[in-house]
Formats: sequence, structure tokens, C-alpha cells
Amino acid sequence: MVETNNDQFLSIKNVSTAFKINGQFYDAVSNVNLEVKHDEILAIVGESGCGKSTLATTIMGLHDPEETKISGEIDFEGTDLLKLDEQGYNKVRGAKIGMIFQDPLSALNPLKRIEDQIQEVMVYHTKMNEKQRHARVIELLNQVGIEDPERTAHQFPHQLSGGMRQRIIIAIAIACKPDLIIADEPTTALDVTIQAQILDVLRDIQRENHAGIILITHDLGVVAETADRVAVMYAGQIVEQGTASQIFNEPKHPYTRSLLRSMPQRDNENDELYVIQGMVPSLQKMPKAGDRFAPRIPWIPASAHEAQPKMHDIGDNHLVRCTCYKDFYFPDQVKEGAGHESN
Amino acid sequence: MWKTILRRVLIMIPELIILSILVFLLAKAMPGDPFTGSINPRADPAQIHHLMAIHGLYDPWYQQYWNWVAHLFHGDLGMSYEYQEPVVDLIQQRGANTLWLALFTMVLTYGIGLPLGMYAAHHEGKLQDTLVRVYTYVTMSIPFFVVLVIGIWIFGYALNWFPTSGSVSAQASGLGGTVLSRLDHIILPGLLGALFGTVNIVQYLRSEVIDAKHSDYVRTARSKGVPMKDIYRHHIFRNSLLPIAAFAGYSITGLLGGSIFTEMVFSYPGMGLLFLNAINFRDYTVITALVLLYGFLNLLGTLLSDIVLSIVDPRVRVE
Repeated sequence: MVETNNDQFLSIKNVSTAFKINGQFYDAVSNVNLEVKHDEILAIVGESGCGKSTLATTIMGLHDPEETKISGEIDFEGTDLLKLDEQGYNKVRGAKIGMIFQDPLSALNPLKRIEDQIQEVMVYHTKMNEKQRHARVIELLNQVGIEDPERTAHQFPHQLSGGMRQRIIIAIAIACKPDLIIADEPTTALDVTIQAQILDVLRDIQRENHAGIILITHDLGVVAETADRVAVMYAGQIVEQGTASQIFNEPKHPYTRSLLRSMPQRDNENDELYVIQGMVPSLQKMPKAGDRFAPRIPWIPASAHEAQPKMHDIGDNHLVRCTCYKDFYFPDQVKEGAGHESN
Repeated sequence: MWKTILRRVLIMIPELIILSILVFLLAKAMPGDPFTGSINPRADPAQIHHLMAIHGLYDPWYQQYWNWVAHLFHGDLGMSYEYQEPVVDLIQQRGANTLWLALFTMVLTYGIGLPLGMYAAHHEGKLQDTLVRVYTYVTMSIPFFVVLVIGIWIFGYALNWFPTSGSVSAQASGLGGTVLSRLDHIILPGLLGALFGTVNIVQYLRSEVIDAKHSDYVRTARSKGVPMKDIYRHHIFRNSLLPIAAFAGYSITGLLGGSIFTEMVFSYPGMGLLFLNAINFRDYTVITALVLLYGFLNLLGTLLSDIVLSIVDPRVRVE
């Protein structure tokens, strides 16, 4: 299980996911390149509708092939996931990639006992017998911090609190010790104290299993607390990518800077929160060319943007899309302070 | 779970008492009397008064009610004025007829409805689904009695495949012959009834399955690597059958009440027809007995639904 090399084992190359809307395909994720290594937590950050969840479900192969068009390559431990058929994918899902979902209230089948729902994943991926599976269920429940595993195993989802249900979902995701865990907003539906506990559980599991984690969230606080590397997504594209400290301490892309600046800051009590102008364009209205963020920073002259914005490595694998970051400033010229203190 | 059931049964007792009082009073409030229409119109009104008095129809309502309840507990629902037979016997004969028809209709309804609903949902948005939906909409928009009349005309008269009235042929002899003849008489009304009954089930089930298909827990199951056909078996089917199971309790008792339309058109001597005739003839004893029975069946239906639900849905159980 433990792999000593720290090489990337998931590499996403030029992946685009397009949805069919009124007979035409529109990109929800366009040309994304990402890598994940063992033992690392990669956070994908962005506002609702930026394509981060779509990217996750694309990796999991959960899209209806008739309604979506996916291109590119998802190289996972030597196989291109996008070339797998449903049967082949079923051997990967649950076994090698586990997924944690956003809403613990609806992600569990209300009519099945917790034990059965956790065991199900083992039935398909292991040769364990009933007794071994039960033992593993109890072990998992302990691992995710359930206090009375025997009792909880026999309960139904509605008898558990939201935090406990999220722990169950984590237990399902890690039951077969997957190499990659995709956590899609795992703490969004939970209150803050539970959030911290869940993140702790995730970190512990990662340490124990040496898994790579893709953590999808819109919560910069969660990112700052947990992530090793961060990819910022806007309108289906990655606009900036780097280590957590690069992103939080030296944000470059206007979108990253705006996001960090719109976070409330304890020491800036008199400041009004920064608001990014405008809205994310809908899939149908997405501009075909040019910087997709340009309309939301209209005070930056068009000449500052690239015609076809590319990712630029500005050192130490810190990637930024478009050259406009060089000329970017905030309109009111207020000293940019947000973000620096968040770590 | 036993607690849930016990509690539900206990609640039924006051419900039944109130029901019986209401039923009794409503029957009393109907205009007319049971004798005026049934004897010589030139008869002396004094004679009618005499008959009314003999039958205790001038007593205060609570005394009449009490008599009725006391007899009820002895299994005596009174004599039918119209048929001059004990009401209990009447209900037994008619009830048996209705029971056969109801069971047959029920089996057909669910036998057709469940697979059809699943099939449509499985092919959501495709041609197969559209065809099933067209069938449900067309059937729903034609009044039931029109379907019955057209059905009886085509299959009964024009093609002459099935008998058009009664519950058993007078020529039928022996046990086998009687059973076959009975079956022969319920096939057409049963089929037509099922044609109608399936519509609800198909539409219900179809939307339930489609909901379940797109639900988060199915996505969770897929992310576990469970093949879609197993997801249908283990997750979607059971969850979608929930409301149908709850509905089944009502529909059983509904069918036992007898379909007035079906029994009218097919002159099928069941409970529905008995009820209709009883109203026409002001046959109080029969009316009160039947309404009480229907009320009781309804209560039983909800009880049955609750029990079924508490078995299949853990969220309903009282801890």
C-alpha cells in the first residue's frame, strides 16, 4: 500500500467536460491540467458553478455519457480513466478512488443500515467474508471517530446527526483504502466545530493510508487549514495553481486576489468587505476567447489581457493564467491586506 | 414496531364509535321511508304507521342506535326491507363476488403497473417512456364508465369473447365448472379495471424511480463501484416501492368496497351494486351496514398502510 516514491499518480491532462444544453455542448470544465501526488492534499477552490464539482465527478466517471462530452486524459496509476468502460470504471470506483460527498443528509440510502452501506463497497472490491467485513466496519467507524461503533452500525441514517453521517460517508470512501480520495465540499453542510473534526479525520486518514486527497471547497479557511497545494478555478478554468503558501502569501491572479480580499479579516475591522463585480457567466454565455475574468475587472485595460490566456510558470511551479496579473490593481487603491494573515 | 401497531389499533376504537353514530344519523336523515314505495299505494296510511311502529322507527334516535349496536355485536345487522334477507347474508354473498373481482383486478393492476412503471423510468425520455406516458394520459382522460361501455361492446357483444353480465353462469355445474365460469365473468371487468388502476401506479412508480435514479444515495452507490443493475436491485427498487406499498393498503380496501361503475355496467352482483340499490330503495339497514363497513374498511386500509410502511421504512417506526 505504502508507496515510497512521491511521484504524481494522478495526472489530469487537458480535460474538458461539456454538458448538453438544448442540443448543444457547453464546456463546464475546460482544458484543466492538474497533478496529485501521494501524501498530499490538493485543494480546488472556486465559487459555486466554477466547475470544481464537475471536475470531481468527471474523475469519478459519474457523468451520463449521453449528456456529456469529455475530452483529454486522466492518467491514474498508469491507466487512462477516460478510456475505461463502465465495468472497468467500477473496479476503480470505491476501490482505488473514494469519494466523499457534500450533503451527508441525502448521500446515504435512508432505508439501509449503516453497516450494510459500508459493507457494500467491500462486497464489490474485496474477498472478505461477512465476519471480516463486519470487523472492518467496526474498525472504520472507530477510525472516523464514531463512539459506539457496534450500535451505530445497526442504526439507520435518520438516527444519526449530520456530522456522524459525514463520518459514515468518509468511512465508505476509505473502506477499501483507496489511493485517491476526492472530497467534494465535505464540510459545507456542517457547523464549524464539526467541520474542524471532520477535517482532522481526513488528515489522519491521509497520513495513515498515504492517500492523495483532492479537496474541493469554496471555503478558503478550510483550504488554509488543510491543503498542501491549491488550484483556483474560475469559470471552468484553473487560473492559478501553487503551494498553499504561494497562493495565500503571494496571490497573483486577479481572481485569487479578489477572493482573498473578500474574506473577512479580524484586524481590518473598519474595512468594507471587497465584492467582486458582476457574475460568473452562464455556460452558454461563456466567451469563446480572451480572459474569462476580464469582464469582472473592467478597469484593467484590455491590452493587459492575453488573447488566449495561457498558464505561466512564475517560479517554483507557481502557475498563473494570463499576464494581466502584472497590471492588476484594486480600483479604490486601498492597500491590499487581506489573505496575508489567514494562515 | 408492535408498539406502533398497537397504538394505531387503539386509535381505531373511538374512530369506529364516531363513525357508527354518524352513519346511523345520516341514514336516518334521508327522506322517505322504507314502506311507502313497496306496498300498495292505496293502502291505508295507518298501516304504514303500524309497520313503522313495529320496526321501532318512531323510537328516539339514540334508542334506535343502541338497538342497532346491540344487534351489531351479535352479528345481526338487521333484515333488508327490500330483499327480506338478513343483511349479513346479503353482504356475505355480494362480498364474496366483490372479493374475487377485487383480487383479480388487484393482481392484474400491480402485475401490469409495476413492470410498466419500472420500464418507463428505466428508459426515461426515450421512445418507450413516451409510449407508456401516452397510454397513461389517454387512459386517464377517458371517463372510466366510457371505457367500460366500449369494452363491453367490443369484447362482449361484437367479439362475444366474454359474458356481459352476472357473476356466474346458471349452466355451470360442478366445482371446476363454477370456478371457470366465475373466472370467465371477472376477466373483462378485471382487465378494464386494471387498465385504469395501473395508470396511477405507473405514473407514481415512474416518477419515484426517476427521482431515486438521480438521488444522491444512488450517486454514492455508483461511487462505490456498484454496477447499475445492482443499484437498481438494492437501492432504487425498494426505495421507489415505498409509496406504492403505502398506497396498496388503501387500494385493497377501495376495491373491496366494490366499483360501482364496473358492477353497474356489468350487472355484477357485488357490494357496489348492492349499495346503489339500497340507496334507491331506502333500504336503511343495508345502507347503514354498508357505509359502516366501508368506513371500517377505510380505517383498516390506513392501518394496513401504516403497518406496511413501518415494516419497509425505518423512519416511520416509533422507537
